[in-house]
Amino acid sequence: MEIVYALGIGVLAGSGVWLLLRPRSFQVLMGLALLSYAVNIFIFGMGRLAMHKAPIIEGAAALDSSQYADPVPQALVLTAIVIGFATTALFLVVLLVLRGMTGTDHVDGREPDA
Amino acid sequence: MNLLLRHIVILPVLVPLLAAAAMLFLAEARRPARVALAIGSVLAQLVTGGMLLFLTSDAAPFIWQEGIGVYAIGDWPAPFGIVLVVDRLAAVMVTLAAVVSLATIVYSISRWDRPGQPFHSLFQLLTMGINGAFLTGDLFSLFVFFEILLAASYGLLLKTVTAPKVKAGMHYIAVNLSGALLFLIGVAMIYGVAGTLNMADLAGRVAALTDADRALFDSGAAILGVAFLVKAGAWPLNFWLPGAYSLASAPVAAAFGMMTKVGLYAVLRVGTILGADERLGAALFYLGLATLVTGAIAMLGAKHLARLVAYSVLASMGILLATLGLQQDVLTSPVMFYMIISVLTAAAFFMLTGMTDRTRITAPETDADDHAVEASQPIYMGYGIKAPSVHREDEDEIGIPIPATMAFLGLMFVCCTLLVTGLPPMPGFVAKFAVLSTAMGTLPAIGGAPGVWMLCGAILLSGLTGVIALSRVGMRLFWGAARITPRLRLLEAAPVAALVLLCLALSIWAAPVNRYLDAAARSLHEPDTYVRVVLEEAR
Repeated sequence: MEIVYALGIGVLAGSGVWLLLRPRSFQVLMGLALLSYAVNIFIFGMGRLAMHKAPIIEGAAALDSSQYADPVPQALVLTAIVIGFATTALFLVVLLVLRGMTGTDHVDGREPDA
Repeated sequence: MNLLLRHIVILPVLVPLLAAAAMLFLAEARRPARVALAIGSVLAQLVTGGMLLFLTSDAAPFIWQEGIGVYAIGDWPAPFGIVLVVDRLAAVMVTLAAVVSLATIVYSISRWDRPGQPFHSLFQLLTMGINGAFLTGDLFSLFVFFEILLAASYGLLLKTVTAPKVKAGMHYIAVNLSGALLFLIGVAMIYGVAGTLNMADLAGRVAALTDADRALFDSGAAILGVAFLVKAGAWPLNFWLPGAYSLASAPVAAAFGMMTKVGLYAVLRVGTILGADERLGAALFYLGLATLVTGAIAMLGAKHLARLVAYSVLASMGILLATLGLQQDVLTSPVMFYMIISVLTAAAFFMLTGMTDRTRITAPETDADDHAVEASQPIYMGYGIKAPSVHREDEDEIGIPIPATMAFLGLMFVCCTLLVTGLPPMPGFVAKFAVLSTAMGTLPAIGGAPGVWMLCGAILLSGLTGVIALSRVGMRLFWGAARITPRLRLLEAAPVAALVLLCLALSIWAAPVNRYLDAAARSLHEPDTYVRVVLEEAR
């Protein structure tokens, strides 16, 4: 199962990096989004993948920490997702402003002379 | 008083946050109230910074042991909760940030904070992010504070929009978002291997790692270092910097000069606590050298003052990184002094650029672009200057009376040039001399390493290129034909003069400042003390 997880992160990260280096601003935005998915899944995976383990302590059960999932990476992922929302929205606004001001969606603000 | 002492560590983060929140309740029209709130908040931060300097120094040993103050947020003990830690270096950085913020806000009141988005609340959030980054003792909250300050900076940069500014802004945002993702990858790897993100706790756990885990940890730390270097503006990760910094409005650019130092501070803090090894040091040295060389050469090619100042920021960052890369403990104190000077210099110079731009008769061209300039009317009209002043041919042939404003601008320009290039009597010279002499002093101990010679040569050459570039631009600016004399307000001129005078004071009283910085460097290179105090106090 870990190999599926790792491959997923790899595919997302690879696609994200490729898109990030493209000349159109929307592709850059999508690349950043895919990269942030990959990074968030990676952070979550640092809490060690397991089945049937919740980060919630149930009642009077004995506190054996191996029975519970690590809550810290989950908290880190939530924070990173929320920050990612805000910065993606900001980037989108800047993308639209650039499109409006230059009339083109090329990241350099003008079409290449080709 | 006791209450203040207990909570003083969080004040630099809390005060700007509350000020920004309070400002949002004030309507756009109530500008005097917002300005008062902004200045009040920054003055409070300055006083807090001064108190932190006092509390961490040797003058008050009974309050905080070893001069390190720890604040557990929510009273959760150290490895589990997030702690804010103040030692001498953090106190110095917080005070420096407050000084630059005060100068910038006063400068911005004159004309820069009017159009566009709420300048003052964004600026308060920027200072909150900067102070938080300096004070935190936890890697993930470092990430969060970085993001706060970056988000505020995006808003400040794009306060008014022109096409080249938005393009530079988009590149700035894209590169910094990628840097943030790298930060997260590094933090995740470190957590996965060590099980904690508290810096003090990490220092203890690093030693206990197995070899395979250690390799993962080193990779994670290296990726984290790359994220810090993106922020700091190291080559080849700094191509976003000249565009963004030169096109930002003057007070915003002055504040941005502080932000590169946040990246440097992170490198210094995480590196000394986790104990960087030689390969990371060598990488830092060569990156710093490359930044310095490319910055110095680019200074020669810059046509406009704002861009030139942006490249000088890069060059000074190169000096700082390369000196840190030599990994000699004695060099940390000169690095800190040079960092202080370069922040003050960048702030003063960017603010000066905002004033000298108004000596042009036509709108400035944007270089590195072939965009047609949208100058429907000469830009000076917008500043309330009604007509160009009388040309000099109408005056006597014997002497040309120099208007007081041009004399002032010229004097400030000369002082900033001396600061940037490191010529006496300004402290740029003292700082560069400290770096050079201490570096050469380490030669007997490390057996004539070529790194030191390369560093010294590069520093001196960068001084030369700086002098050439700045003289050329200065001559064109002040002695060139057809310049109009701008009208300066006291609110604009005073902060620049104040910063330059502060630099001069740092030059005269360099000895006590350097004593404090020596103590700071000593405590920085004893990470065991830091670890012990943080893990005990917050229990």
